[in-house]
Amino acid sequence: MRQARFHDRFNNPSLGRKLRDITWGLVLLITAIACVGFMQLYSAAGGDIDPWADRQMARFAVGLTIAVAIAVTDIRIWLRMAYLFYAVALVLLVAVELFGRIGMGAQRWLDLGVVHVQPSEIMKISIVLALARYFHGLNLEDVGRIRWLFVPLALVGAPVILVMKQPDLGTAMLLLMSSGAVFFYAGVRLWKFALVVAGGLASLPVAWNLLHDYQRKRVLTFLNPEQDPLGSGYHILQSKIALGSGGFTGKGILQGSQSHLSFLPEKQTDFIFTMFAEEHGLIGAMALIGLYILMLAYGYAIALRSRSQYGRLVAGGLTAMLFLYVFINIAMVSGVVPVVGVPLPLVSYGGTAMMTLLIGIGLLINVYVHRDVEIPRHMSSF
Amino acid sequence: MNRRDNDLQRVFGRRALMLGAAKLALFAGLAGRLYYLQVLESDKYTLLADENRISMRLLPPRRGRVLDRNGIELASNRRNYRVLIVAEQARNVDATLGALAELIQLDENQKQRVKREIERRRKFVPVVVAENLSWEDFAKVNLHSPDLPGVQMDVGETRDYPMADVFSHVVGYVGAVSEQEIGEDPLLELPGFRIGKSGVEKLFDGNLRGRAGHSQIEVNAFGRAIRELDRTDGQAGDDLVLTIDSEIQRYAMERLGEESGAAVVMDIHTGDVLALASNPGFDPNWFNVGITQAQWRMLNGDKHKPLTNKAVQGQYPPGSTFKMVVGLAALEAGAITADTRVFCPGHMELGNNTFHCWKKGGHGSMNLVQALEESCDVYFYEAARRIGVDKIAEMSRRLGLGEVTKIDLTGERRGLIPTRAWKQGALNQPWAQGETLVVGIGQGYVLSTPLQLAVMTARLANGGYNVTPRLVRNDGKLGPSPESRLAHQIYASANLKREHLDLALEGMIRVTSPPRGTAQGARITQPQFAMAGKTGSSQVRRISRLERETRVRKNEEKPWEERDHALFVAYAPIASPRYACAVIIEHGGSGAKAAAPVARDILLQTQLRDPSRKAPPPERPAGSTADRQARPAASESGG
Repeated sequence: MRQARFHDRFNNPSLGRKLRDITWGLVLLITAIACVGFMQLYSAAGGDIDPWADRQMARFAVGLTIAVAIAVTDIRIWLRMAYLFYAVALVLLVAVELFGRIGMGAQRWLDLGVVHVQPSEIMKISIVLALARYFHGLNLEDVGRIRWLFVPLALVGAPVILVMKQPDLGTAMLLLMSSGAVFFYAGVRLWKFALVVAGGLASLPVAWNLLHDYQRKRVLTFLNPEQDPLGSGYHILQSKIALGSGGFTGKGILQGSQSHLSFLPEKQTDFIFTMFAEEHGLIGAMALIGLYILMLAYGYAIALRSRSQYGRLVAGGLTAMLFLYVFINIAMVSGVVPVVGVPLPLVSYGGTAMMTLLIGIGLLINVYVHRDVEIPRHMSSF
Repeated sequence: MNRRDNDLQRVFGRRALMLGAAKLALFAGLAGRLYYLQVLESDKYTLLADENRISMRLLPPRRGRVLDRNGIELASNRRNYRVLIVAEQARNVDATLGALAELIQLDENQKQRVKREIERRRKFVPVVVAENLSWEDFAKVNLHSPDLPGVQMDVGETRDYPMADVFSHVVGYVGAVSEQEIGEDPLLELPGFRIGKSGVEKLFDGNLRGRAGHSQIEVNAFGRAIRELDRTDGQAGDDLVLTIDSEIQRYAMERLGEESGAAVVMDIHTGDVLALASNPGFDPNWFNVGITQAQWRMLNGDKHKPLTNKAVQGQYPPGSTFKMVVGLAALEAGAITADTRVFCPGHMELGNNTFHCWKKGGHGSMNLVQALEESCDVYFYEAARRIGVDKIAEMSRRLGLGEVTKIDLTGERRGLIPTRAWKQGALNQPWAQGETLVVGIGQGYVLSTPLQLAVMTARLANGGYNVTPRLVRNDGKLGPSPESRLAHQIYASANLKREHLDLALEGMIRVTSPPRGTAQGARITQPQFAMAGKTGSSQVRRISRLERETRVRKNEEKPWEERDHALFVAYAPIASPRYACAVIIEHGGSGAKAAAPVARDILLQTQLRDPSRKAPPPERPAGSTADRQARPAASESGG
């Protein structure tokens, strides 16, 4: 009886307890990061909350509410729905391939009448959930056997190929690498990763031929941006100039000449970090990166604290995804990796990315709220 | 089960540590990258950011004006209303140009030019669509500007020549900078910048141009100006004061009227050129605005050669106006004296050739003064024969013929004074004596410009001092030149004997006097303004033997191109010479009938405008009663 009550306390916590257990520190942290975004969007509009900051705030408010709702929903529900989400996302990706809208030279959007859906965003979350659910059902010996890896590899391969075809290299990389993190955490042998990496390098020439012209150009200009400063190297060069001219302390809010005089492209979306660093200098940039590291630390703490393999893998996978967003974006604007179009989490303007990230964070908190829940190895799907 | 779960947890923990460490390392790498960009390379990128945002614009200086001796503007600057188009802002250049064409005159050629220009330049660079619009057109475009995307309006400055064709050759004109002219001065690369192309505009371009100012403008990525950061104003060009009196110049041009010709008036003492007219002129504003093909063809095809400055570029045989030179040379050589008489039967024989006098029946017995008065050819054939061509050439040079006067104009020609050596060198033929005779009456190889003839006359009238013409006031001041200075105080002597000069001048005075003077019909009747001169008619075409035997055609019977040039050189007033004048009417026929009246009128106007007649004489105390009464009387008699 005592035992049962004890188990019940852990396995079926009350709503009040769940709300208390929400990592409010993480909520505060992401709100702080989002506020940096609001400030920069205010600056990007030349000192006006319209047209970006106000909308971003509304989206954040809605997204945060959804995240809290997700967090307090029973983790087993999410586990049971994981394959369903994945299946829906995959179908939508196929639909995009067939009926999608063209934007920015790639087929990414699906017009569902009321809303425009970007299936690749849904897939980013779904793939982590689906893989976590799959590996949750395996023990370490199984993970070590090749035959148990065919299914998860197929789970990753299908969406990656579809997204590549759109073509959206950034998202494909993100899917591949956050999935890789889940494989890694699940205990797949290291030599297999080495094999995949080696295989990947070997197939680079083939991949090169599959790339679209604009993608090749991006890679080429990344390798040598100065060769064509007015053409496609322009973005990287201007971004570096903006960063460099920001200096140690920055030019001050609303004072970034590169951003405000339109030398910096996409200053409210992909290049918002550049603008932030131009106006607030190395100090500001380091502070923002510090906030992100704290956020990731929360993710690690949640993952390590979880008693279920599913929870660990979801938290680990989502944290890896968050890391990839932050790292790729900053590395891209500072000229370390090619421009692939990955936004800065919670700061870049854009509703879809904001929603994806907050859902991800909701699921992360969900893992913490249900840290002690025992999840049977095999559960039926809905 | 628990053990298995612990395995998984252990593996997860280990791998989380590995990945976490890797992520931290990657973040450290990013931090290093940012440190490199924002601290180590910061100066370089700050400079690049400034280069991005700061655009240096040249501020064209105001071009100096060209003024006449009294401060009247001959070339000035006026507002230039322009319409420009920025391709980047005009979504559809064709549509915008089409809409513009409904408001202002814009033909297909201009549209094509604009489109070519747009293709050559960056998309945000404004391209001039139309210039020099009237205020009405400018206002009309301004009113419709909301419907004209990409159209910009601007008010600049452009060169203006208020006197138009009166000064086309002296002042010259400005035009767009050509490839070859682009040099050190960055101003020259400024779109729409104009530099002097001819006349004093070209020769004194450096003084007139001024120095460029700079404006530092903050621009955005599209090159649009956001604000001005700093400005250094340039230095306007210096005004240029000419010796010309625009009233005399204008009068001379009017007096030349429909004729093709030139007239020069100069001060015999100071060398100041008061008028340098070449007719017909052209409107220099055409060149500034951009001359059309039709206008260019018209100017180039005109047989009256409006583009040529005939006063310094036209070379004509001086004809009988050369006879003073021959007479002086003969006097100096001792070949003749005042009393030497030559009998003129109407022609002169030399070897197998006959040299005709213009008067078929002959003049009878002539001395030098009479020969000048009646322009007897035979007398000067004889004088020339006695001294030879080289002595004539030597006297010619002393009087300023056969070499450039170095007046401040481009393209001046030197004329031609033949010598034996010249013919041997240039034509590789020995000199023939008959040619000396022809030179004696200013024909044959002899060529001179109207300005040279004016200089020659001035040197005769000022007592033989080597006056040279001046077009630009080097003191830069307005008003009359220092009046007290006479030729002998400024210029070296040509070493002519006074009594020889007096004979030449006496001959010139008789020319304009009854009863025998060739130009008596064109004399100035007011004695205080009286003019002395010499007529000349120079053959354009040799009169053939056949024509001599049958009948020499009168000028009026010949086609215009074959008629004689009419010349007249003069100075005035006789009592106290001050002004020299040379007039040539191309194919005008007789010098006495076509050129002398023009010279008379110009010299009369010049004297009436003489400032020394208006100002009280400096020696006397100003404002005395006698003086006040004297002045109105003087101007009445002048009118």
